[in-house]
Amino acid sequence: MTIEVRIPTILRTYTAGEKAVSGEGASLAALIDDLEANHPGIKERLIDDGDLRRFVNVYVNDEDVRFIGGLEAELSDGDQVVVLPAVAGG
Amino acid sequence: MTLTIAQATYDAIVAHARRDHPDEACGVVAGPEGSDRPERFIEMVNAAGSPTFYEFDSSDLLALYREMDDRDEEPIVIYHSHTATEAYPSVTDIGLASEPGAHYVLVSTRQHGNNDGPVEFRSYRIVDGVVTEEEVDVVPALPAD
Repeated sequence: MTIEVRIPTILRTYTAGEKAVSGEGASLAALIDDLEANHPGIKERLIDDGDLRRFVNVYVNDEDVRFIGGLEAELSDGDQVVVLPAVAGG
Repeated sequence: MTLTIAQATYDAIVAHARRDHPDEACGVVAGPEGSDRPERFIEMVNAAGSPTFYEFDSSDLLALYREMDDRDEEPIVIYHSHTATEAYPSVTDIGLASEPGAHYVLVSTRQHGNNDGPVEFRSYRIVDGVVTEEEVDVVPALPAD
């Protein structure tokens, strides 16, 4: 089971500059744990207090995960996950 | 450090900010990766529709980044307006800035709102919470590659 994860510029310090990495997991939570094992520190940038950070957007096959279960969103072999920080401010 | 921007792009950003006043306007100017050339003006919808906050819609954001990726572009300028305060990054702007390579342009419409008249137009780098203002050089057209 392999899932391609697209990494935004700001998080590429955790992936040795790679724009995309592979991960595994049957849910987004499991995938993030798998990413953390290979790219220590990245989890904290995605999750705060047990939930996805408000200003980090994660998409599975172009669907915002907030609409398909958040961290519980199910993943299948070949899915593509995209991480994008919100462009936002005050 | 300097932001070099074409007059037409500058004018488009200012016009967008005036039109959306009193809500904040936002968008990007994309350009070839690594070029530092703000070439392609892209107005975005402020999904927050607010005078004190802006946020790109989540679907629009994904579409924008996919399109830039396909074209080997990156966001050279990320702009938004302040409608009641100066054109300086707020604490929220600094906390959420996530493109260390981009010029963050702030426009303030506090003086003239929707009407003609001078606006503040300033540019910054925001890296790891540190704000550095830079010069803005408005040119008739970007120099040839």
